[in-house]
Amino acid sequence: MGRIFSGVLLALFASFTAAQNQVNMSPGVTEIGADIFELHMLIMWICVVIGVAVFAVMFYSIYAHRKSRGHEASQFHESTKVEIAWTVVPFLILIGMAVPATSTLLEVYDNDEAELDVLITGHQWKWKYEYLDETGENISFFSNLTTPQEEIYNTEAKGDHYLLEVDEPLVIPTNTKVRFLITANDVIHSWWVPELAVKRDAIPGFINEAWTRVPQEGIYRGQCTELCGAYHGFMPVVVHAVSPEEFQAWQAAKRGAAQAESQLAMQTLSADELMAQGKAVYETSCGACHGAQGEGGIGNAIAGSSVVMGDLSQHMAIVAKGVAGTAMQAFDAQLNEVELAAVLTYQRNAFGNNTGDIVQPGDVTGMSNG
Amino acid sequence: MGDHQHGPAKGMLRWLYTTNHKDIGTLYLWFSFAMFLLGGFFAMVIRAELFQPGMQLVEPAFFNQMTTLHGLVMVFGAIMPSFVGLANWLIPMMIGAPDMALPRMNNWSFWILPPAFLMLASTLFMEGGAPAFGWTFYAPLSTTYAPPSVTFFIFAIHILGVSSIMGSINIIATVMNMRAPGMTYMKMPMFVWTWLITAFLLVAVMPVLAGAVTMMLMDIHFGTSFFSAAGGGDPVLFQHIFWFFGHPEVYIIILPAFGVVSQIIPAFSRKPLFGYASMVYATASIAFLSFVVWAHHMYTVGMPVAGELFFMYATMLIAVPTGVKVFNWISTMWRGSLSFETPMLFSIGFLVLFTLGGFTGLMLSIAPADFQYHDTYFVVAHFHYVMVAGAVFSMTAAIYYWLPKWCGRMYSESMGKIHFWISFIGFNITFFPQHFVGLAGMPRRIPDYALQFADFNMMSSIGAFIYGASQLLFLYNVIATIVSGERVSDEKVWDGAEGLEWTVPTPAPYHTFEEPPLVSKPAGTF
Ligand SMILES: [Cu+2]
Repeated sequence: MGRIFSGVLLALFASFTAAQNQVNMSPGVTEIGADIFELHMLIMWICVVIGVAVFAVMFYSIYAHRKSRGHEASQFHESTKVEIAWTVVPFLILIGMAVPATSTLLEVYDNDEAELDVLITGHQWKWKYEYLDETGENISFFSNLTTPQEEIYNTEAKGDHYLLEVDEPLVIPTNTKVRFLITANDVIHSWWVPELAVKRDAIPGFINEAWTRVPQEGIYRGQCTELCGAYHGFMPVVVHAVSPEEFQAWQAAKRGAAQAESQLAMQTLSADELMAQGKAVYETSCGACHGAQGEGGIGNAIAGSSVVMGDLSQHMAIVAKGVAGTAMQAFDAQLNEVELAAVLTYQRNAFGNNTGDIVQPGDVTGMSNG
Repeated sequence: MGDHQHGPAKGMLRWLYTTNHKDIGTLYLWFSFAMFLLGGFFAMVIRAELFQPGMQLVEPAFFNQMTTLHGLVMVFGAIMPSFVGLANWLIPMMIGAPDMALPRMNNWSFWILPPAFLMLASTLFMEGGAPAFGWTFYAPLSTTYAPPSVTFFIFAIHILGVSSIMGSINIIATVMNMRAPGMTYMKMPMFVWTWLITAFLLVAVMPVLAGAVTMMLMDIHFGTSFFSAAGGGDPVLFQHIFWFFGHPEVYIIILPAFGVVSQIIPAFSRKPLFGYASMVYATASIAFLSFVVWAHHMYTVGMPVAGELFFMYATMLIAVPTGVKVFNWISTMWRGSLSFETPMLFSIGFLVLFTLGGFTGLMLSIAPADFQYHDTYFVVAHFHYVMVAGAVFSMTAAIYYWLPKWCGRMYSESMGKIHFWISFIGFNITFFPQHFVGLAGMPRRIPDYALQFADFNMMSSIGAFIYGASQLLFLYNVIATIVSGERVSDEKVWDGAEGLEWTVPTPAPYHTFEEPPLVSKPAGTF
């Protein structure tokens, strides 16, 4: 009770007591962000000035022209001159607003001459990033929320970046014009990073363009802003802007890791290795719908499931290709062979499904596009 | 005429069979208030979950059902029917007509509403839950990815559309054909004017909405692909169609509210409405412009830049006639003889808060800035300033203003004033901070949020509980008035009130203007 009461007090005096209560748009770090911020402030101040003037007249009237003060009503009720004036003057003010608005908009739409292209695909409920490379060696990965369920359900203290943290952020080089090609795999999402002033809807069947040039290194956080289903609030965007040199090194490391991964796919893994990796994959990709203990939720239960404990090829097909018309997605686009094999092994042996089946990466070859 | 003077039929079935405009108006008003409480309850669930970061009360999927039903029930169940109810009660009395032009259809257009909402509410108990795709129901979330209850939702929307279209046709027919001798168009009270224009908007756009949901139905059950990219369809097409309905819908809600305020401000300023003719033209301009601005809800879908510019300029233009209205209202008050009974307080509250919502609307119209505002709490704050402080405040003002005329009893003025101040303060505590969290980056329609938004969300929730509670006071005040309010018999009730509805006895008899009155004075003059 006391905590709630102090919370109430804090909330009421929020703007005075805590620096964390941001009340205005952030100018962000990019040139466009600064332009939009200036435009926003300009329009806001014009509105404030007009509002103060109009309400001053109204409140003066409320004060001075009261019946209780014995004010007699005049009976004037029209004036063409005044009507023309308050039609024309606002129109001119609007033209004054439209000029900077137009030039800023044209800037936002200047998608040409990008030095790096990143394809961003919205999935329920994670983002996929793919760096388009003319040699065809695209780097691609999914970016999943890492905030644990315990924090969301209040059994553990919430971290600093609660709901705004991911396993693999989008990495981009500074001082480079990066073009984002934005689309979606299932429903409409929207990719937004306030400090980069980039927001574009991710629409299945469409590829939208947006761009940014980030002048300073840093971590910029945002969220999906178009309602996309149950976990719409749980698909953050995190962007790391690093120096171009660091970016090169990161790319090389990613390519190396991808190669090692495909080497691994040729090998036979131990049951322990598969179970350990399978558990990790399950928690990021399956747990939200099928329950942390395989008990089910939006999706069917995994524990004791006849599909999971039945024929492997059917189980594999559902995981890889999804189930049309349901929230069960095709995971072949999201997981590589090792991950698919691991998660299948895990599902077939965890939560009391002790089938003893071991699925090797070789068994799922041809099932993965990831 | 003596033997035609009769009261209502006896018994409960009277309400089912009635074709009397006053009875039907009453039905609409009570129904919409019930829906207002239901939609308000959903809002309380939303604000309770958002009281603190983390998930406490409901699951994310259920949270989405709450936001969806809150929007649908408030827009289609509370606000729209309440103004239809007001139109039923007032339009015949304001133009000197004995009843609505099409009384049997009037009965029908009300009585199909309750089953439609019963069906919509019942989706909460269906497998897969109620619709959870937002009141804007964007495809493919509302088609391929929707719960099975979406079919019931579509049927409910169809019925609401039929009801609205019938109601509008009735209003148009009544205003065009049943005005008393001498009541020319330019003598009609502003409320009648705004409703006439609203009715045309409704007839124009409800079929568009019906088309949209029918295409959804085809996509879901008959294998078409209107909105599915995989089958060659276009999810953005859905948004164009929806907002071609949706933007005029906003004015459908707000124009009658303008009409109400244009009746009440002159009455308590004891001075005619300033610029009557320009008010009519401004209303018509707003209605016209509302058809060519729809895509300002879609600045981020990736329209070509020429489209963005067109919709930005057209939207900015709406500020001009809206400004004219605000200036006219203030000029009406200027050098009047003002008093501040509850209806006037709510009207002034409307004027201040609606103007604030208008300013944020202007900000939102600026396409590049909208890239930062779009789908954040800034938008939520904006449209609640227009919808709640606009439409709901004006509706509340209307009830306090005309209730004594309807039932011949006076409401408790002190309770009315308390209701106003609690509403006004509660409303602003709820929605003002939402501008801040929106600008700071909080998306709308999320059940849980990052920690930097916590303080303002808590504040917003507290305000919402205050605002919600104040509506129970309103309900109590209205019931107490009807049951045991102090009797009034003065025809005018308010010394500044003008118009034909104040020339009939108080309380208004079951049948009025069976003999048409003769109108000679222009509207709004003494
Ligand atoms: Cu999303």
